[in-house]
Amino acid sequence: MTPTLAADVHAVTTAADGGALSFAWLLIAFPLAGAAILLLGGRRANAWGHWLAIAAALASFAWAVLGLVDLLGRAPEGRSVAVEVYRWIEVGGFRADVSLLVDPLSITFALLITGVGSLIHVYSVGYMSHDENRRKFFAYLNLFVAAMLVLVLADNYLLLFLGWEGVGLASYLLIGFWQHKPSAAVAAKKAFLINRVGDIGLLIAIMLMFTTFGTVAFTPLFESVGGAGQGVMTAIGLLLLLGACGKSAQLPLQAWLLDAMEGPTPVSALIHAATMVTAGVYLIVRSGPVFEAAPTAQLVVTVVGAATLLAGAAIGCAKDDIKKALAGSTMSQIGYMVLAAGLGPIGYAAAIAHLVTHGFFKAGLFLGAGSVMHGMNDEVDMRRYGGLRKAMPITFATFGAGYLAIIGVPFLSGWWTKEGIIQAAFDSGGVTGQILGWATLLGAGLTAFYMSRIMFMTFFGKKRWADDAHPHESPSSMTVPMIVLAVGSVALGAVLVFNYTLAGFLAPVVGAPHHEFDLAHMVTSPYSLIALAFMLVGVAFAWVRYARADVPVEAPKGNFVTVAAREELYGNALNEGLFMRPGQVVTAASTAFDNHAVDGLVNGVARWIRTGSENLRLVQTGFARSYALTMLFGAAVVVATTLGVTFA
Amino acid sequence: MTIPWLTLAIALPAVGALVVALIPRERAELAKRVALACTLVVLAVVGAMALNFDPSGPRFQFTEVHPWIARFGVHYAVGVDGIALTLIGLSALLVPLVVLAAWKEQEDAEDRGKGYFALILVLEAMMIGVFAATDVFLFYVFFEAMLIPVYFMIGRYGRGGERRRASMKFLLYSLLGGLLMLVAVIGVYAYSAQAGNGTFLWADLVGAEGLLAGVDTTAARWLFLGFFVAFAIKAPMWPVHTWLPAAAGSSRPGTAVLLVGVLDKVGTYGMLRYCLELFPGAAAWFVWPVVVLSLVSIIYGAVVAIGQTDMLRLIAYTSVSHFGFITLGIFAMTSQGQSGAALYMVNHGFSTGALFLIAGFLITRNNGSAVIADYGGVQKVAPVLAGTFLVAGLSSLALPGLSPFVSEFLVFVGTFTVLPVPAVVATVGVVLAALYILWMYQRMMTGPVREKLAGMADLSGREVWAVAPLIAVIILFGVYPQPLLDVINPAVEQTMQQIDVSDPAPVLGVDQAGGQEGAGE
Repeated sequence: MTPTLAADVHAVTTAADGGALSFAWLLIAFPLAGAAILLLGGRRANAWGHWLAIAAALASFAWAVLGLVDLLGRAPEGRSVAVEVYRWIEVGGFRADVSLLVDPLSITFALLITGVGSLIHVYSVGYMSHDENRRKFFAYLNLFVAAMLVLVLADNYLLLFLGWEGVGLASYLLIGFWQHKPSAAVAAKKAFLINRVGDIGLLIAIMLMFTTFGTVAFTPLFESVGGAGQGVMTAIGLLLLLGACGKSAQLPLQAWLLDAMEGPTPVSALIHAATMVTAGVYLIVRSGPVFEAAPTAQLVVTVVGAATLLAGAAIGCAKDDIKKALAGSTMSQIGYMVLAAGLGPIGYAAAIAHLVTHGFFKAGLFLGAGSVMHGMNDEVDMRRYGGLRKAMPITFATFGAGYLAIIGVPFLSGWWTKEGIIQAAFDSGGVTGQILGWATLLGAGLTAFYMSRIMFMTFFGKKRWADDAHPHESPSSMTVPMIVLAVGSVALGAVLVFNYTLAGFLAPVVGAPHHEFDLAHMVTSPYSLIALAFMLVGVAFAWVRYARADVPVEAPKGNFVTVAAREELYGNALNEGLFMRPGQVVTAASTAFDNHAVDGLVNGVARWIRTGSENLRLVQTGFARSYALTMLFGAAVVVATTLGVTFA
Repeated sequence: MTIPWLTLAIALPAVGALVVALIPRERAELAKRVALACTLVVLAVVGAMALNFDPSGPRFQFTEVHPWIARFGVHYAVGVDGIALTLIGLSALLVPLVVLAAWKEQEDAEDRGKGYFALILVLEAMMIGVFAATDVFLFYVFFEAMLIPVYFMIGRYGRGGERRRASMKFLLYSLLGGLLMLVAVIGVYAYSAQAGNGTFLWADLVGAEGLLAGVDTTAARWLFLGFFVAFAIKAPMWPVHTWLPAAAGSSRPGTAVLLVGVLDKVGTYGMLRYCLELFPGAAAWFVWPVVVLSLVSIIYGAVVAIGQTDMLRLIAYTSVSHFGFITLGIFAMTSQGQSGAALYMVNHGFSTGALFLIAGFLITRNNGSAVIADYGGVQKVAPVLAGTFLVAGLSSLALPGLSPFVSEFLVFVGTFTVLPVPAVVATVGVVLAALYILWMYQRMMTGPVREKLAGMADLSGREVWAVAPLIAVIILFGVYPQPLLDVINPAVEQTMQQIDVSDPAPVLGVDQAGGQEGAGE
């Protein structure tokens, strides 16, 4: 009766062969069931809940690996597999199903989410061991993994939106995990609200896509973008970008991410560094055909990416809170990815490759920061650290691996993937390409500076510890995931980029790499050498200021640039001035208006009626009676009129 | 012999009310048990009826038509389409939960709450009746008679010193609307008589061949307005909404559940069934004014909700905003808009019902205070209570995965295809919803525990039973709404045929296989 959406689309095959992919929904079902059992199980589940959550995440990871093997067993052009689960919403011509699209792009994300996700689950056993609500924490982590998998596996925009807001919910719950702290509760609400502003963009984009194309499913929609007008496509592209900005903390919707560091550190690592915040990049890459039909929107994407790249780096340079400095870095790195995604097919694979390696090294850095905090009584002020490399050797080594990777030391993960983005930016050509390219180079220098600053302030120099601090290495449940991520930080880039392995794998979805892989060119190209030089300058500058010189425990006042960066470039002040305060005035005025004007008018009428009565008491108890009288009167009118009409 | 399902569903609670009222007040506990049992039987009857409903069958099913006042063409005529069925189902589900939640609320009332439970049953009979009626006069009778139990439920069994005032305000407003509707009802009869057959039977009145087809344009607009104003007050729409926060604020939360969750739906239901189908031409003429009022309701209701300091009033204002979405969807005149609106009525009952019930649990734990500032840190001492409140709140802000999202999205998409600018304006309500819900949650549930709440108990077993079914349906119909839509869609299609409107085609015709009407193929 209802043929499949994808049946007439040659590029997509339907998984009906009973392989692992036919049950791809299990990927989502495992962590979802885990979350449900943990939440409904109550205290009974306290003892074993976290193990169940880890098992669910690992099961999901295993299924993703099976899915990858299945895909690799198919011809490259046959690697887009539709998995129908059930009919979700159908009214009139509108239809959105719970159907999954397993293809190289979505399986890459699924592996990243479940892989890094599993490691962070393991890490959290130790990190959250003293928290009375550990079970809930794991339930929310499972919920997050499930929602994130819905986001990346959905085969249509509405189901994607379900995952999109689902991860927003998980993020809200986890930022505010320590709800008894008012700052955490406020940060959670702020994150949700700013994300909702972005979500509206996505929501309107979905409406506009349905109105234009009559469908919200990827495959049929992408096939017909050619027929739509430039203006509509630009509008859709910009609306999708608005959604991406919210989720990925890009300008102008960036203000929530630094506050989100109120959440437990494993959350910062998983959600606010490795996976959820990269959803905007996924959205742009997945919507590639839409953006390619809207060059103006693409240009705006690259501009937003470049601006955020620099703004995030600037913030990262000024923050003394280790997690906030890393969060500024996350903004900046996602800026790189967004910029690359805005370049179109020449940038997609580079964006995704950087997203994956960033997922490893940034998660590793955050877990390292968490390990430091764990050993330092939850101190986050780097001015209170110093000389920790001896006290926490494993943390130092793993954090160091992530550090070297992110600043782009040649042949470590970050170098491979960042080079790809720098190259793509210059390759895009024209003045725009030059501007974007130099922004990425400048960003490389800034990255080296702020990351070295973090590294030196934390692990080198004199001890500036609080009196009661007794730093110690973390338990193995925490260090083992850090070690695994460190290995990824070192080696994953080469595995993915060498010979364009990942780019080749993604090619059926995002287009083939635009030229042959050429390692010699990559190492010797002038941009590569400039990036290296910028990096060395950044490291040297940080060395002079934060390793050779003593770091004061109290932050110096700093010049206006430092102050601005410390104030997050006045993003919060802007939001408060533009939205919050006017909003408060409007709310107060409307509430007063409702109480006095609208209601006052009605009460006036009521008073007027009351004055006519003999006394208040009579009216109050007598109203039902008078009402009954009115009804009687009404009935009489009906009878009289109908009689009149009948005999007229 | 066929079972008269609807008459059974109307008569059972009415009889139950009588029994409860006759039980002596010393045995109030027994009275409550009888009331609960009765509502559960009604739920079972309605459930069995729903299972017998055939979505691909005729629009109206379980129909009964008996002449009542033959001379004036008044009938006892009942029957349900998919929209009415889901609303009756909503009523039958909410009432037992309200009884359960209110179990201990009236302990210190003079009659130990016996009368309150009898009134709930009376109200249930009328709620089912008003949705089941297929005779305009019968509908009017139920519509008006419903006010009486509510008046007493607020004025006599309500809370706070303002309750008499609030119940009077409720009555005044409703009185005004009822009188206007009465005039229109008489008008309908007069025109049907003019067309040769004076009747109140809905089926004879509507359609191109119906008795009202010949009414001239101006008269039709006036008649439309008579119904519409009554329904707008009931719904309530801005600017005739101020009775609702007052009434909800002075109600027991159980009363508020029925008032906002079900009774107000009679307004939006009436717009869909009566305003649109009796006067399609006039309805089309009034689209823009209603859309503008809907947008004002959505945004104004949300903004004023943010400004509230009392949680019951806050929830009431959120409903003003939500009703704006419902009327927007109805008057968009597309299948997605109207199905979305019909579904919205049901989902809003679930989510607002849950919010009011949990608010009630909080109030009984805090010396009867509904003031938001009297709370703080509740999640620490009563995590299950706080958790259910959060889920209910998230459903109210239409989080995807929970049932209200489906309806709100359908309203959006159905509106956008024909009225893109209003749809975009309405999205402001989505952001504001996040603010009013999460800010309320933040103020009441998070932060340090307030001293006097330190010993607060978490939900009891009875309370869990009252609220868990709502949470369950909110999640179930969030991930799997199609069973409800399969019931609602045919009714909406027929409504649209009746008023002769159809969905616009997509700008680019994409061949979407299987994307046509789900049922009846």
